[in-house]
Amino acid sequence: MNFSPADWREHFPLLEKFRAESPLHYLDNAATGQCCYAAMNAATAFETQSRANVLRGTYRLAERADAAYEHARHQVAAYLNAASADEIVFTSGTTASINLVAHAFGDMLQPGDEVVLSLVEHHSNFVPWQLLRERRGVILRLLPLAADGRLDLSRLDETFTPRCRLVAVTHASNVTGAVSDIAPLVEAARAVGARVLLDGAQAVQHGPVDVAALGIDFYAFSGHKAFGPTGVGVLWGRGKALAALPPFLGGGGMIEHVGVERTTYASPPRRFEAGTPPIAQAIGLGAALDWLREQPWAAMNAHTARLAQRLLDGLAVLPGLTFVGPHDLRERLPIVSFNFEGIHPHDACQVLDEFGVAVRGGHHCAQPLMDYFKVQGAVRASIAPYNDEADIDALLAGLKDAVRKLK
Amino acid sequence: MNSSDLYQQGLLDLAKAAHGAGSLPTPHGEALRDSPLCGDRVRMQVALEAGRIKAIAHEVKGCLLCRAAASLLGLHGPGLNAAETDALREQVAATLAGGEPPSGWPELALFAPVRPHRNRHGCVLLPFETLCAALDSQIRA
Repeated sequence: MNFSPADWREHFPLLEKFRAESPLHYLDNAATGQCCYAAMNAATAFETQSRANVLRGTYRLAERADAAYEHARHQVAAYLNAASADEIVFTSGTTASINLVAHAFGDMLQPGDEVVLSLVEHHSNFVPWQLLRERRGVILRLLPLAADGRLDLSRLDETFTPRCRLVAVTHASNVTGAVSDIAPLVEAARAVGARVLLDGAQAVQHGPVDVAALGIDFYAFSGHKAFGPTGVGVLWGRGKALAALPPFLGGGGMIEHVGVERTTYASPPRRFEAGTPPIAQAIGLGAALDWLREQPWAAMNAHTARLAQRLLDGLAVLPGLTFVGPHDLRERLPIVSFNFEGIHPHDACQVLDEFGVAVRGGHHCAQPLMDYFKVQGAVRASIAPYNDEADIDALLAGLKDAVRKLK
Repeated sequence: MNSSDLYQQGLLDLAKAAHGAGSLPTPHGEALRDSPLCGDRVRMQVALEAGRIKAIAHEVKGCLLCRAAASLLGLHGPGLNAAETDALREQVAATLAGGEPPSGWPELALFAPVRPHRNRHGCVLLPFETLCAALDSQIRA
């Protein structure tokens, strides 16, 4: 199927507006993707035609709200190839999803039990486990890294012990773009009876995910990185894995019966959706994923890989540049991080803004990885299918100007 | 407002001069502060005499704005006491919010173009906050 980035941009109102008014080369998609019309239209339709609280009312308006909300759950399940919509828990984002597991699963752990992480992790898949260590006395073990920041899976037997209870790693790095090799991790985890959680915040915007094929237990991601609304995310949990978890947050909607002495809890997913959920946002996310599922991903990923190669080639010839992460496109998302000798990432980003180029500079909520690379931060360009050659060329031109101005 | 306004030659020169960069052999006060936004890190040391700064030394891992602000403190900081340093920090914050620079610190005008870039205010303020903390550490000791 043919793919045109120009046609794709027409599905994103913000990009249309900027193209008309002033140049915007939006290359900060690893932070937030732009929101598509499908998501906005679905959320607006709910707010204007079906707005009511969910799972509470018996009037027709509330029933319409229920139906729209539960339909979104099915749409997310389809995008993830989940066995059932009941495996989809709506949260406020990846961070909330991971914290949910860190509390609900983590509080079942004993002192001395082990959780395997890596230095590649975003703080949202690092700090919750450090907090768990403080609460429960668990031990955190770190997978080693190769020089380019990819996970080094050659010595898994040194990391996984019989006390390992959970492996929590990123599906793809938000700094290097490297896609984790999941199969060996799942095999090693299964060998010691451990669960596997993937942080899918970056991977989910690059095409449908098959949680069944991955063979994992939990998958966490955010709506706003998947061209959907902010304020909503998902925790997918394999049916039995989710059912084994106690509640995390208590409140309305997550109970079966509340008594003065004893309260029983609803089955998943409601057990984990205390309080009024982000209804419009969930409906918007469902619509976004439904739309994304129908897109020509092979052609789109080939397009973004070509742009990433154009960027890598353009950067490689600039004096004083060092890559933070792999130099090649093997098993890698179109996310490229780099530094110029003597130029702080924030200063470079400030100059790039003048060129209409929106990129992120800093530690990218991955300070352990920055320490590993012995850098304070990096400039990161992250590419989405609506980007084109003009975006990459504007970035490269802006960088040349930044070097001239700041050195 | 473009980046040429922000990174004018005076600011680049101030950052490059790095007045006060280094460390003191026997500081009376010391503080380390990180910016959670960008990971910038400033260490400030002070030597005191009669309650006033006799010498300042700083180590900065940060952007040009942060380095220029630290350099400015290295240039004009000696002679201040803790109360004056606290007041200065507030004046710098007010300057970034649109006010006039305090008298005796004409170079603060170099930071005026930072005003519309609220996410960068912290870069300028970090050295001032760290200096206040360094003096505070001495007072508490």
